[in-house]
Amino acid sequence: MQWEVVIGLETHVQLQTKSKQFSGASTTYGAAPNTQACEVSIALPGVLPVLNKQAVDCAIKFGLAIDADIPPISVFSRKNYFYPDLPKGYQISQFELPVVGKGTVTILVPASKNTEAYEKVINITRAHLEEDAGKSVHGAVEGMSGIDLNRAGTPLLEIVTEPDMRSAAEAVAYAKKLHELVQWIGICDGNMQEGSFRCDVNVSVRPKGTEKFGTRREIKNLNSFKFMLQAIEYETQWQIETLEDGGTIQQATVLFNPDTGETRAMRSKEEANDYRYFPDPDLLPLAVTAADKARVMADMPMLPQALQAQFVRDYALSSYDANALTSSKAIADYFIATVQAGAEPKQAANWVMGAVSAKLNAEEKSILDSPLSATQLAALLKRISDGTISNNAAKQVFEAMWAGEGEVDAIIDAKGLKQVSDTGAIAAIIDGVLAANPAMVAEFKAGKEKAFNALVGQCMKASQGKANPAQVNELLKQKLSA
Amino acid sequence: MINSSLKQLSTALAAKQVSSVELTQAYLDRIDALNPHINAYITLDPAKSLAQAQAADAKIAAGEAQPLTGIPLAQKDIFCANGWRTTCGSKMLETFIAPYDAHVISQFDAVGAVNLGKTNMDEFAMGSSNETSYFGGVKNPWDTTRVPGGSSGGSAAAVAARLCAAATGTDTGGSIRQPASLCGFTGLKPTYGLVSRFGMIAFASSLDQAGPMAKSAEDCAMMLNVMAGFDSRDSTSVQREKEDYTRGLAAMQADKPLQGLRIGLPKEYFADGLNAEVAKVIETAIAQYQALGAQIVEISLPNNNLSIPVYYVLAPAEASSNLSRYDGVRYGHRAADYTDLLDMYMKSRAEGFGAEVKRRILIGTYVLSAGYYDAYYLKAQQIRRLIAQDFTEAFKHCDVIMGPAAPSTAFKVGEKTNDPVAMYLEDLYTIAVNLAGLPGMSIPAGFVHTTEGKALPVGLQIIGNYFDEARMLNVGHAYQQVTDWHTRMPEGI
Amino acid sequence: MALNLDDIKRIAHLARIQVSEQEAQATLSKLSGIIGLIEQMQAVDTTGIVPMSHSQDVTQRLRDDVVTSDNQRERFQSIAPATQDGLYLVPKVIE
Repeated sequence: MQWEVVIGLETHVQLQTKSKQFSGASTTYGAAPNTQACEVSIALPGVLPVLNKQAVDCAIKFGLAIDADIPPISVFSRKNYFYPDLPKGYQISQFELPVVGKGTVTILVPASKNTEAYEKVINITRAHLEEDAGKSVHGAVEGMSGIDLNRAGTPLLEIVTEPDMRSAAEAVAYAKKLHELVQWIGICDGNMQEGSFRCDVNVSVRPKGTEKFGTRREIKNLNSFKFMLQAIEYETQWQIETLEDGGTIQQATVLFNPDTGETRAMRSKEEANDYRYFPDPDLLPLAVTAADKARVMADMPMLPQALQAQFVRDYALSSYDANALTSSKAIADYFIATVQAGAEPKQAANWVMGAVSAKLNAEEKSILDSPLSATQLAALLKRISDGTISNNAAKQVFEAMWAGEGEVDAIIDAKGLKQVSDTGAIAAIIDGVLAANPAMVAEFKAGKEKAFNALVGQCMKASQGKANPAQVNELLKQKLSA
Repeated sequence: MINSSLKQLSTALAAKQVSSVELTQAYLDRIDALNPHINAYITLDPAKSLAQAQAADAKIAAGEAQPLTGIPLAQKDIFCANGWRTTCGSKMLETFIAPYDAHVISQFDAVGAVNLGKTNMDEFAMGSSNETSYFGGVKNPWDTTRVPGGSSGGSAAAVAARLCAAATGTDTGGSIRQPASLCGFTGLKPTYGLVSRFGMIAFASSLDQAGPMAKSAEDCAMMLNVMAGFDSRDSTSVQREKEDYTRGLAAMQADKPLQGLRIGLPKEYFADGLNAEVAKVIETAIAQYQALGAQIVEISLPNNNLSIPVYYVLAPAEASSNLSRYDGVRYGHRAADYTDLLDMYMKSRAEGFGAEVKRRILIGTYVLSAGYYDAYYLKAQQIRRLIAQDFTEAFKHCDVIMGPAAPSTAFKVGEKTNDPVAMYLEDLYTIAVNLAGLPGMSIPAGFVHTTEGKALPVGLQIIGNYFDEARMLNVGHAYQQVTDWHTRMPEGI
Repeated sequence: MALNLDDIKRIAHLARIQVSEQEAQATLSKLSGIIGLIEQMQAVDTTGIVPMSHSQDVTQRLRDDVVTSDNQRERFQSIAPATQDGLYLVPKVIE
């Protein structure tokens, strides 16, 4: 039987705020345990929540960025369950009326062995504001867990998709796109190691061609794209094998073990959850007005899709190039800066996506940490287009600049890579080569075209690679036909 | 001195006829003598109280006195007070020393009032007789075989027995007004949102409201001047200009000070369920109001009887969630022996909470649980709106609403402890006011005499429109200018 | 909707309150009385009535994003049942 996997994502995005969702405690990562746990964070008797305006603005910004409905009123509810890292015994979240309604995100699924690259629209069901829980620390004391509530109350935006994805690759492409978007609009630092961007993935399988969804299992807390891919692929295969062996899938929450590459059901979540949601009586309805939206919109950077269109229109780039250059704000900024520093757009695009990206990947660096600035890259490209150096020589110069050996002209001089474009000098070289290789000249004249390339090669060699190849071609042709 | 009004005490302190230390010591001595019979206080800390009194005397000497500077007040043990044990009447918080101040506490601290101690109360404010307190029941000073009402029973008994100059209380379904009625003093539950709930241990957050419990309307006005006001730490705190609630009181001394006032009498408040002798007292009080110039309008609150079922869905639902934080992890009671985390939760909460609190947590959990939410919780919220609309309609025809605060006088200790539903009916005239978020007060209006020869107080309830506390206090004060019920105090405790 | 003993056990577990068999019986009879009281609501037709969660018909006030509290761990943990190295201790959490 042919199976189809159905995937939906719930992503917890930690919002970039100084203070917590409902209190004035700091959200700085990595502080000593419980030193950022104020009376509200530890839920002392009598404390009350007051919502952070910045967190609301972040939610509005996200809603605007995905062209979503942002209703005038949303409501905070309590999700009730007991867990030691949940100090109030309930999480303040949004249930029936979230701050952000339906929207869309367009993803670019890269080419694979079997498929071409393609675009796909993923529907966002909703995004709602909530607070994070604390952390359980194991192993400090035998048989006990330690509770650190520094993270408790940290503002989160939970972004929920429709079950629109049909492969692990699509799920990862969506997660990456969302990851870039929330950083692009400045609402999340995107730090997956610190848990600022966490994905829960709902996976189910069904016979291909059928309508009805299978029973889903939820893979919790994936904090890298690599693990996400592995986890979904493992989970999908496990579900298919279970069904093919005549088994059934039980709805469950599962954890991914990066060491074994396997998923397993969580023990603590076995009991059926009954969260007893109800509107939080401590918090009145949240209003978002047209003025609020306009204020947040004014602060919105140009969004990737708009920038992509601009690149195609203004720089005559292909849609593919434009998409790649807007895969992150930092890359787009670098590219724009390179062009603004005088580089030709198509050439700049090729270098940013080519040599620069390759180097960054090899060194696992962000473009923000690139040792070669956009201005420096533009200066290098200028020396190619004005004929000072050849493309080949440029690669050597690029390596040297990357290694911090100096500015472009100094390196060209130091390495003696300057191209010879003086017609007289090139003509003299050619004359010498023609005189030294009468046999090749005879072959060419007898109709052997290949001999021409051999003569060009000899000329380049004689110039120690510095002669302008175009000029060599031109003059050689003239001399041979004379 | 102990029967003096706050104004008189304030004047005496300002005139240095008495110091705050002397006054505080006098109350502490009286508490020493009488509290063992009444059990109004859970926690006393004379050293702390006297230190505050000393600071108040210095403030007075420096000419920085405000109206309540140096006046010894009792605080319901539901308000967190930094460094004070704050139990909320529960074993769960038996050893809980609050590490911060409630807004109400800091407001009184800021004006230099003295905290005499923390008063007894029904556990987590759940009760109408103060019998659910882990620290033992409170006795009604008018007849110590009877209850003082609840949940602010300790504050009520302390005010009635003159074990403080005035006290604070909280009112979720009648917990200020019903004990005020049963103990014969003046108690006001303000409009929801007028007094910050920050630091006030939550029972049912959408209904809880703190207010003053004192001898007279004038005293309540002076207390409310300190308690009311915007607090950014409470999302439901109302942002409005501060009022002086004493501003209209002087005008109430005219011959017919209430000329033109329309008093609405809801027919539902005088129907079945109201004790006949209580009814008589209320009717006499209404006649007195007519003599003061007020005009009577019959009104109807057709959904009033539903307020009890609605309340016993909504309040337990909110409470079940509010009380989830008591899990033995960060503070409060933790069971001595347990096998694992779940067992620790189950035992700590089973041991830490009393029977009534557990009942309400279970009811609340039930009405919110899957499959029952719509039939109970949502339905109750819809009827809550009908109940609030009844008042909106009524206030089109009258300025204040009057009626009994409780269906009967103080009942015997133990009389209703085995029948929760009978206990819940105590709140028949008070709960709707909380559901609507309106202000309500109870003022002493007379007595009913028992066969044993005891005089038991009866309270007249005055319900006002939103933020109409000043008018209500004027209305109460006008009555207290021509009656002396509010000056009576129990004898032979 | 009549309550039964299983309901009591289910909600007691949800609420994390241990009840013995004997307590469950007593609780059932008391809670049934209360449920009987609140059943009165079912007689009212509430079609189309907007539920009322708050008595105030206003929207939420927001807080500026400012850090206003400092480290009070020592004070807060002085009243905690069990702590070590700044952590609150609980029986092992199993995931």
